[in-house]
Amino acid sequence: MGHPAFSVSHREQVAPMSFVFYLLAALTLAGALAAVLLKNTVHCALALTVAFAGLALLYLELDAQFAGFAQILVYIGAVAILIVFAILLTKGSETPKDGVYSKNWLTGLAIAAGVFAVLGWAVLERARVLPGPGGTPTAAPAVTVLQIGNALMGRYVLPLEIVALLLTAALIGAVIVAMHEKEETK
Amino acid sequence: MFATLDQVFVLLEHWLVGFLPAGWQPAAGVVLSVAVIVCLFPALFALTVLLERKGLGRMQNRIGPNRVGPFGILQPIADAIKSLTKEDIVPTRADGVVHFLAPVVQVVAVFMGFAVLPMGRNMTLVKMDASLLFYFAIGASTELSVFMAGWSSRNKYSLLGAMRAVAQMISYEVPLLMSSVAVVMIAGSLSLDKIVEAQNHYSWGLPHWYIFTPWGFAGFVLFAIAATAETNRSPFDLPEGESELVAGYHTEYSGFKFALFFLGEYLAMFSISGLGTTLFLGGWSAPFSFLGRVPSWIWFFGKLLVSMCVFIWMRGTLPRLRQDQLMNFAWKFVLPLTMLNLMVAALWHFLGDGWARWAVCSAILAVSYVGMAWVEMRSQHFGARSYRYAE
Repeated sequence: MGHPAFSVSHREQVAPMSFVFYLLAALTLAGALAAVLLKNTVHCALALTVAFAGLALLYLELDAQFAGFAQILVYIGAVAILIVFAILLTKGSETPKDGVYSKNWLTGLAIAAGVFAVLGWAVLERARVLPGPGGTPTAAPAVTVLQIGNALMGRYVLPLEIVALLLTAALIGAVIVAMHEKEETK
Repeated sequence: MFATLDQVFVLLEHWLVGFLPAGWQPAAGVVLSVAVIVCLFPALFALTVLLERKGLGRMQNRIGPNRVGPFGILQPIADAIKSLTKEDIVPTRADGVVHFLAPVVQVVAVFMGFAVLPMGRNMTLVKMDASLLFYFAIGASTELSVFMAGWSSRNKYSLLGAMRAVAQMISYEVPLLMSSVAVVMIAGSLSLDKIVEAQNHYSWGLPHWYIFTPWGFAGFVLFAIAATAETNRSPFDLPEGESELVAGYHTEYSGFKFALFFLGEYLAMFSISGLGTTLFLGGWSAPFSFLGRVPSWIWFFGKLLVSMCVFIWMRGTLPRLRQDQLMNFAWKFVLPLTMLNLMVAALWHFLGDGWARWAVCSAILAVSYVGMAWVEMRSQHFGARSYRYAE
């Protein structure tokens, strides 16, 4: 750790990575801001997709392959499509006349700032606890997809099964709700 | 000699990159490989479109294009010039930016899938641990481009076509993933290179491709069905059903943007054929051990073109499904069979080597498939056709 050659090469590795990080962060922030500020609801959904993609790229930049690809697969492939379907199936894509800003936006801002402060505090505290030169956290050990798979199927198999059961129950519940409505209209 | 021929493209790339200073070489190699992929597959696309038009013509008792060049082989060039020079019409009410971005997103997303396909020995552009996951993640984002095209056109046919296409792609993505998971379970890796390596063995001169196992054969059939639906090809081409929806989500596209959608559709077919080849047909490995000296890329592209011919053949043979049949087929038929296939693959793994696993797995699959066909046929009442609404 304390070897001078190592720390120099380490700093050299960090410098270009941070440029990519700022680029991706700008992309993600721009997408998120556009999702909040744009007038057309479908445009908002597409801008949100850009933010999802930016997050996925950030994960990939951090060498978290599994998290990055899962983010693309789940958020862009499924959640974005779900949002878009929900917008199209409800009559809400026209711009409202009295603007897109909610009346109690100040409360929303306060809650968002509070959540951000708690998360930021947690991350900073964690960074101070972790060993590393100058308080910065050391690079995490590389985790391969194989290890994640083994952990999911071995140590964490019970939580996985419980989540799967919960999701299946939700799916069946949704189908039952939809079926019930259909019978009533007949 | 044979080894040189096998690696000819890799050696050519090294030789070309060798002219540059050492610092630039890795980047230049990647750029060169990308350029080759971006040029090669559109060329194959031109070839396939001609093959499709001629082949479909023969299947439908007509001649097909025969005016441009001998036997019409220059037809793709004429088509390309036509689509490049045509006026680009955007509807007045259309959403300009999204309308423009949709074909670009589609083609870019489809091209990215080729990055992880092993096209020959040492011929994978990006070698990563989770390349299958990467492929499916990128494939999932083409759905969004279809929606963008349909929504931004402000046309009821476009929107209906896009909704149909997205619903269909989401429904068939589940069996597509589930049938691939069986391969991952047996090969023990998400890396497409390792999956090919696992199949590249021979006993008595015959290959160990996964299609030659009971679960692999059933999985390949299910994968082919899901892949056909995923690429919106006949008999699953409802999103573009010309008798109902003009042309579906690309109704309002003309000129080069339409050509991009057309290109994207065929590239998606190439890419999914390449994935099916890699997962079930042994990728770039030769079909017999004595043919192992033939270059590996010939086998990959040969298998790719054969599966394209099967796509064309199916288009000329099968009638189109109805929307409710499409959904019922996906959720009540293909999905349960892929789950059964997962169980059979697990049994295959745990029964170990020997004849027992062949017997048990074949018996389970045969009994379930034959039994299901028997029950289905019993419940069908083949009589005079009855109309529910049209009378």
